[in-house]
Amino acid sequence: MSPRAPSLTRRMLSALTAPAFALLIALTVTTALLAAVGASPGRAYLTMLDFGLRPDSLVSAVNRSTIYFFAGLAVAVAFRMKLFNIGVEGQYRVAALFAAVVGASVNLPGPLHLAVVGLVAVLAGALWAGIAAVLKVWRGVSEVLSTLLLNYVATAVIAYLLADFFAAGSASGSTPELPPSARLPELDGLVSLFGLSLPPGAHLGGAALGAVVLGVAVHLMLTRTRYGYDLKASGLNPAAAHVHGIEPRRMILLTMLVSGGLAGLAGLPDLLGNTYSYGVDFPSGAGFTGIAVAMLGRNTPVGIALSALLFGFLERSALILDIQGLPKEIVTIMQGVIVISVVGAHEVVRRMEVRRAARLMREESVPVVTPEPVRPAT
Amino acid sequence: MTMKTPRGRLLAVLILLLAMSAVRTFTGADALTGSGAMGAALRLSVPIGLAALSGLWSERAGVVNLGIEGMMIIGTVCGAWAGHFYGVWAGVLAGALGGVIAGLLHAVVTVTFGVDQVVCGIAVNILAVGVARFLSVIAFSGLPGAGATQSPPVTGAIGTVSMPFLAGGWGTPDLLGRLEQSRWFLLSDVSGILRGFLHEVSWFTVLAVALIPVSFVVLWKTAFGLRLRSVGEHPAAADSLGVPVQRMRYYGVLVSGGLAGLGGAYLVTVSSTIYREGQTGGRGFIGLAAMIFGNWRPAGTAGGALLFGYADALQLREPSAVHVLLLLAAVLLWAAAIIFLRRRPRLLLTLALLGAAAFVLFQSTDSVPTQLIYATPYLVTLLVLVTVAQRLRMPACAGIPYRRGGA
Repeated sequence: MSPRAPSLTRRMLSALTAPAFALLIALTVTTALLAAVGASPGRAYLTMLDFGLRPDSLVSAVNRSTIYFFAGLAVAVAFRMKLFNIGVEGQYRVAALFAAVVGASVNLPGPLHLAVVGLVAVLAGALWAGIAAVLKVWRGVSEVLSTLLLNYVATAVIAYLLADFFAAGSASGSTPELPPSARLPELDGLVSLFGLSLPPGAHLGGAALGAVVLGVAVHLMLTRTRYGYDLKASGLNPAAAHVHGIEPRRMILLTMLVSGGLAGLAGLPDLLGNTYSYGVDFPSGAGFTGIAVAMLGRNTPVGIALSALLFGFLERSALILDIQGLPKEIVTIMQGVIVISVVGAHEVVRRMEVRRAARLMREESVPVVTPEPVRPAT
Repeated sequence: MTMKTPRGRLLAVLILLLAMSAVRTFTGADALTGSGAMGAALRLSVPIGLAALSGLWSERAGVVNLGIEGMMIIGTVCGAWAGHFYGVWAGVLAGALGGVIAGLLHAVVTVTFGVDQVVCGIAVNILAVGVARFLSVIAFSGLPGAGATQSPPVTGAIGTVSMPFLAGGWGTPDLLGRLEQSRWFLLSDVSGILRGFLHEVSWFTVLAVALIPVSFVVLWKTAFGLRLRSVGEHPAAADSLGVPVQRMRYYGVLVSGGLAGLGGAYLVTVSSTIYREGQTGGRGFIGLAAMIFGNWRPAGTAGGALLFGYADALQLREPSAVHVLLLLAAVLLWAAAIIFLRRRPRLLLTLALLGAAAFVLFQSTDSVPTQLIYATPYLVTLLVLVTVAQRLRMPACAGIPYRRGGA
């Protein structure tokens, strides 16, 4: 009486059902909204697609998605053991600030300079997340609350450091600009390999390559290492994991540091490929989008990459809507609806599978004695 | 803890007042207990307090609500729209209704579908930002004095009320005002604080303050409240006694949404007269912090909101007075250390050291950087979490979806 494993196609289908369902709901909601304000939904979608699929739009979407990919990975790693890192927002901004300051103050040859800047970002992000980890391990403070509160503390600390130290003399309120050796190379050659020619001004940032490498590394870490196994075990059944010698306090500490380090990278695509300095107007908000991206991507690197690309594509293609007099925030609504419906759909699918498994168990076992009285259907 | 008995509470209030007037007299920072600062503190703490009550209702019913910020945002945009077209009180009602609708979404997703409550709360926030912008573009962009991110002013204003005889309401003498001017130790300070709470208070503020005892009575003194709280503490036990778990959770989240929406409506009708994008400024999250600070109880929650409002008011009205707060913190921490002298030596040491740190900071600096003042509420909450996290008691099953039979 071996347990019947679902076939590969069935597994694939069930993995794709929820996102497809979520997209459908999101499209329905936005279609209804667009129709309600008297716009033609079909035309809006077609213009969005038309604009979004232009080569420069695609490149811009990919650049944008690398930020979400790093933020999403940070959330996902922590969520593997049911830790909520809501502080990615603060972590990546603190990290970007310190990376900008250190990057501008040292002078090193190209690749080494980049490596130092990256390392500083990872360390700063990890340290900021480490505060929440220490509070949880030492005093039992819920990481949901502490990371959330630390986001606001980060905003204040960054404003203070910028005003009084790092940008004290600058008129623009930014840190000094990074030298060329600390900037990410552009990968336009890679684009032409695909037969796309970029219009002037559009460049594929080097962060895309970094995202691919890091995605593979995180995938291997999660699936092929002892740490990845411990992480999964701690998330699925903390009590059993503890009994098997996985020290929960060590795991919490380590995981928040890894998560914060990954979060630290989320500021780099903008810092090293776009703004080259950290100022009050540094792009923010990617931390919260990262949570949505991680949820949509089911906390796996491949899923997160796909959902980050989707979010990047949606945001880029929405820009055309403003020109047409339609609020581009329809895309923010779409993102919110997608996240809610994808987690909802997964919950429904999970329950169906639990019920199916229970039915299979009943059918395969010989019903001689029922060990429990039959429950009324709920 | 001493705060649990009525005598202990009285003692705590007395120590607080004594410390405040001593520090005020010593430093000459009159804003510390002035009625102006107190009135501003009350006004600033109302939206935070409403958000905190919102969190209280939801979490007591066993649903963690991180979407309060989003529900407030919906409250601001709905409140401004109805306030402009149908008058200011219609705006209040519409704000609350908008919050209820956002709460309904949270309830359907978390209670009926059993989705993770933290995830849903964050999704509600993302969604609300988009919806608010979308609605404001549609509703306001054509109107004079408005744009895609800003509404026209609401029609009319909510009146204010002053306590007669004590704070000069209805042409009666302003007794507390006169006492405040005389600058006597303690007496003037108490008068200043009381006058701040009684002089020219918006009717909306009166309503919001009244909601605190109302929440207490409903949640702790009625059968409905007992059922609602039982669903947050032990849903399976409540279920076995015939309490409709899912329905009670719906009630909790809907009331929560309504309160958050009211908080948003306050921002567009009393704090200002228009809707602006980003107006809520994280107050939904500060409200959650106030609720934790208050240990998931209405009175403590209100105290937390008032504390945050007070820090905010001092920062806005008299930034120099914030520096004096360090001295006040040192005095209060030492007072607390003396109270815990016998019973908890380790806590005593921590408190005394923190007090000394605050004092050294006060002595060695001339002012607190304004950017860091902004972090005060969050740091205070973190400090509370660190020092008394084990003594805080959140509802036992808040955050855990309930399914009959556990599937």
